[in-house]
Amino acid sequence: MLVNRKLILAHFWLAFGVFGVALTLGAWQMFIRSPIGTWLSNPELYYRSLTAHGTVMGYVFPTLVAMGFGYAIAESALEQRLVGVRWAWTGFWLIVVGSVMAVIPIALGRASVLYTFYPPLIGNLFYYLGVVLVVVGSWIWVALMSINLRVWRKAHPGAPVPLAMFANVAGSYLWAWTAVGAALELLLQIIPVAAGLKNTIDAGLARIFFSWTLHAIVYFWLMPTYIAYYTIVPRAIGGRVYSDAMARISFILFLVVAMPIGMHHTFADPQVGAGFKFIHSAFTALVALPTLLTVFTICASVEIAARLRGGRGMFGWIRALPWDNPMMLALAFSFVMLGFGGAGGLINMSYQLDTTIHNTQWITGHFHLIFGGAIVIMYFAIAYDLWPHLTGRELVDIRLIRTQLWLWFIGMIVTTFPWHWVGILGMPRRMAYFDFSDPAIAPQALSVTFSVIGGFILLASGIMFIIILARGMRAPQADAGAYRFALAVHQPTTVPVALNTHALWVALMIALTITNYGYPILNLATAAGTSVPAVYVGAQ
Amino acid sequence: MSTRDLFTFSNRHFSIGVGVTAAILIVTAIAGFVVLPFAQPWVQFAGVWDAICSAAGLPQRAPKVIAPEQGKRLSEVVLTSGTLSRPSQEAIGRGATLAQRCAICHGPTGISRADSPNLAGQYAAVIYKELHDFRSGARTNAVMSPFAVNLADEEIADLSNYYAYLPRLPAYHPTPQLPKPNIVIYGAPMRGIAPCGSCHGSLDNKTGSPWLEGQSEAYMKAQLKAFASDERHNDISQQMRNIARAMSPQEIEAAAAYYASQPPDIVKAVD
Repeated sequence: MLVNRKLILAHFWLAFGVFGVALTLGAWQMFIRSPIGTWLSNPELYYRSLTAHGTVMGYVFPTLVAMGFGYAIAESALEQRLVGVRWAWTGFWLIVVGSVMAVIPIALGRASVLYTFYPPLIGNLFYYLGVVLVVVGSWIWVALMSINLRVWRKAHPGAPVPLAMFANVAGSYLWAWTAVGAALELLLQIIPVAAGLKNTIDAGLARIFFSWTLHAIVYFWLMPTYIAYYTIVPRAIGGRVYSDAMARISFILFLVVAMPIGMHHTFADPQVGAGFKFIHSAFTALVALPTLLTVFTICASVEIAARLRGGRGMFGWIRALPWDNPMMLALAFSFVMLGFGGAGGLINMSYQLDTTIHNTQWITGHFHLIFGGAIVIMYFAIAYDLWPHLTGRELVDIRLIRTQLWLWFIGMIVTTFPWHWVGILGMPRRMAYFDFSDPAIAPQALSVTFSVIGGFILLASGIMFIIILARGMRAPQADAGAYRFALAVHQPTTVPVALNTHALWVALMIALTITNYGYPILNLATAAGTSVPAVYVGAQ
Repeated sequence: MSTRDLFTFSNRHFSIGVGVTAAILIVTAIAGFVVLPFAQPWVQFAGVWDAICSAAGLPQRAPKVIAPEQGKRLSEVVLTSGTLSRPSQEAIGRGATLAQRCAICHGPTGISRADSPNLAGQYAAVIYKELHDFRSGARTNAVMSPFAVNLADEEIADLSNYYAYLPRLPAYHPTPQLPKPNIVIYGAPMRGIAPCGSCHGSLDNKTGSPWLEGQSEAYMKAQLKAFASDERHNDISQQMRNIARAMSPQEIEAAAAYYASQPPDIVKAVD
């Protein structure tokens, strides 16, 4: 029952519009620092572009996708009208205003601080205020998801919450709590300095606050993808979810262990004790668990579809899968990229192995493969799946959709594999240019050139994606019917209260945040002499 | 079943969820705070509590380590955004009066005729830092030091603001503009030399680094050699000394000639 289609479409169009702009900037950045581009002679322009790319891709794009998809789930899975539509529009417009407010200082070169903020580097105040507005807008969505579920529960006492909504609300709670870290950093540390009230900043403490956000935010980006794995893919390929309970366990595990692990981003930071680094490293290893559970459950669900289609044998069923179905294709590509990206992630989270690749292009390769690859390709799939229900028109370009997904997959592999490789060779990340005529790095020129080609394949695929959606708005009208989610093999009739509510898991998430972050934050906040003078962007 | 039934140990999910989480936390904490610190044979701890404090990141004073004796005075200038912001017209006027004594070397318009630095339009933070360093003895020069030694803090700020306020004029003997040499634009990565241009103009300008366009070639060469020989040592963390030591004589020539040939009106403006 999709009633507020305009609201959902507005979120998706804004998300994909800004995605297109940021994607173009990304391709340009790759070109300009590669051996085939001519050096700009102005690194500031590069960092300006990099800040815009990161801010849009990290804060605006995935948040809008999660919000739009969340509203769609709330209406179609709960089969009730969205409560708080006006608030939802308020949240949307806060994000619009926040994005514009953040982008103007970036474009003027007043906020080239990258999306990770990098204190003591300080940019224009309005950049930070813009980011705050985006986060506040998304918190409205968090509240609405919670309220809508509550309204549904009242009308259906004791009934199992539909899996899609259960996962969606888990994702929204994860986001609400993980965004607190960056919010504390902005409000307590950066904004007072950017506003001129202070001119020193505790950069070490600020980095710890940011690590609170920076890792769990990835799992927030991942949530729509995982929801699509469990609740869209099996239905789209004619199968069933292997286990509803396993799916719920995966989502609550994300809620509990995605949060207290962010310090694996600060392994090289001297202000954090080695004991806490170890705990965070160990908990990061645990986060592989829900992903492995998911891979198992989804492979089993897909096998069910294959066997229903007449697939036989130990592996012979794989051939019986509907490989011409874009959803099948997207899932397979997503899993391959998740596999490679996840394997790389195991290296990043290991204290000792991390030292070999810390701050190199390996890291850039890793998070592009996971986020840009495994996650974003499922965002495409979600949009393709929802579009006919949102527009009331059929998406007719199935061949084009398949080409687009193939190109994204190939482009992402060609972009990120060479990045991993040059990272192992020691190429640092966040560099505006490299002198490839220097014999020390000349051998890396070929790998970097390949990755630029990958970047342009991605750009082509992104443009195709937007064209497909735009053409879908003008296709002949067709009734797509009600929007449905996948059913489980054993559709639950009763679910234990622990797997039907989030309270216990949210409590554990907060408790682990306190145990794993409490002391390091308190220690740094109370230590004297840890502040350094702020470095203002553009000041001499 | 309500949430009240959830938060009780009689609920299996609650007891398992909380129990497993707590167990993992305790095991990792023991490993991270006790086992692993003692697994490092090169670190000595007084006891278990000492190891825990160290692993928790509690700042500890290193015993019996005497700070190395510092023979030379080092720069003590701290620049923050508040140091020289928004000078008043009066401050600039006072600076102009004080600057009359500087004109003999640095020129009446801030453009030197004697291979001293051109100060017209130089960043205020740069003049501020150098005057402070001359005054404290972190930088010494037979001519400059006596001028700086009696300056008050306010006079230094006024002079800095006055020179920063002056328009950037061409050098006294402008030479044809030279193309950018590699050392300016790329540095020398193999020898750990960052490009000159990444701090001093042509690529970017950084706080505390002077712009160099149109400065005297002889002066810049002399300063690079002074950094290389440790005769000048007011650079923080030896950042210029490390670069100058690694530069070849040809690179020093090329960088100095290039910057001397550039018109100062291409310098990036300051807000």
